[in-house]
Amino acid sequence: MNWFYFSSPSTFYGLAGRLAPWFFALAAVTAAWGLYLGLLVAPTDAQQGEVYRVIFIHVPTAWMSMFLYFVMACYCALTLIFNTRLSAMMARAIAPTGALFTALALWTGSFWGKPTWGTYWVWDARLTSELVLLFLYFGFIALSNAFEDPRRGDRAAALLAIIGVVNLPIIYFSVQWWNTLHQGSSVSFKGTSMHVTMLTGMLVMSFSAWMYAAGAALVRVRSIILERERRAQWVRDLRGA
Amino acid sequence: MNVPSRGTYSGGFAWAMARDLRLAWRHPDEIILTLAFFALVASLFPLGIGAEPQLLARIGPGVIWVGALLAAFLALPGIFAADFADGSLEQMSLSPHPPLGWAAGKIAAHWIISGLPLTLMSPLIGLQYGLTADTLLVEAVSLALGTPILSLLGGACAALALGARGGGMLLALLALPLFVPVLIFGAGAAEAQATGLAPTPHLSLLGAALIAALVGVPAAVVAAVRISVD
Repeated sequence: MNWFYFSSPSTFYGLAGRLAPWFFALAAVTAAWGLYLGLLVAPTDAQQGEVYRVIFIHVPTAWMSMFLYFVMACYCALTLIFNTRLSAMMARAIAPTGALFTALALWTGSFWGKPTWGTYWVWDARLTSELVLLFLYFGFIALSNAFEDPRRGDRAAALLAIIGVVNLPIIYFSVQWWNTLHQGSSVSFKGTSMHVTMLTGMLVMSFSAWMYAAGAALVRVRSIILERERRAQWVRDLRGA
Repeated sequence: MNVPSRGTYSGGFAWAMARDLRLAWRHPDEIILTLAFFALVASLFPLGIGAEPQLLARIGPGVIWVGALLAAFLALPGIFAADFADGSLEQMSLSPHPPLGWAAGKIAAHWIISGLPLTLMSPLIGLQYGLTADTLLVEAVSLALGTPILSLLGGACAALALGARGGGMLLALLALPLFVPVLIFGAGAAEAQATGLAPTPHLSLLGAALIAALVGVPAAVVAAVRISVD
């Protein structure tokens, strides 16, 4: 099997078109299941009451905001090391979804903060570093579009994304390193301090967010491929067919 | 016999630093403008917020840090932009000296003409805010440790943004988020001193960040210059 068969934009275009609906379908089914678990089945929290249920959106979007940045940075590393074209297009395709999840995590977090902390926003380490992540996504998108030559934008933005990776451990460990208002992590690889239905609902919703991100990135990468390769013969053939 | 010498890191570093310093010496207005901007920004806050001595002493360390950060940021295009526009940067990348050497030299020169004067001027601004002598000292030390990090990170961003549309605003979007941790620890040190706490944890973290930046960022600057030149 040729592992590099799908690394060409023309072959990946078709694959992405076939895969994207499956990712969206998985995302819809798991979102329905996760919301059912989270809103109807999971018990009321002893301390926070019903308000805590925003966790089923907040935690998955926050996880995805960091995970997507990491995936994007990996594609960027491929771009710089192997000078591949498709990886740069994938990084561009992931960035808006990553920025969306970061904004959602901040937004749902501030709605959670108002009833529980009494404020929409505090300048603690977790919130500040997540805000910096949002600006890193914006900077990536702006820099990648700032050049006449798209390849130049690909490479410059890729380097920026790799520099910005430093921020990820800061976000993740901020609740341990600093004394923050944001609560510590309830879930770790060693176990959890949550009710099992809450945890299941949260993990199902995270899977749904992941599948949505994959589907959205694939749809977006298809239009980036078409735009970049508009002068290539296979795109012209596509229009004729 | 005059054999063309092989390039060295130290040779490139010394050559680029001497060249940029000589250029800055012949056009001293850039340094003066940076310092004037710093003084102006710092003077706007008392006029905008109110001039009660307690309030000024409270916000002083942070305002001075933000002012120095903005002044250092506005000086960033000076590192590479002119050399990129007239083709010198391309000539430098063709020189036998390895780019890590001369790029580091240019950044060092940039710190000497922006970060260092800002650091030296900070006690003067601090007096306007009624800061005590030991707070002034900690403020200057934290700026001395922090502004080189700003020059390094900002240098990488300035190299990435060479030839981009959107100029200064784009550079702000790239550089300022990366400056945030430096600001937090730098202003934190002076603020801890002002409120009677030990500034050493902040200064240690700032020093650690400086060492990490000295080791890691020059390579990123070289990669960014290579992307812009080819």
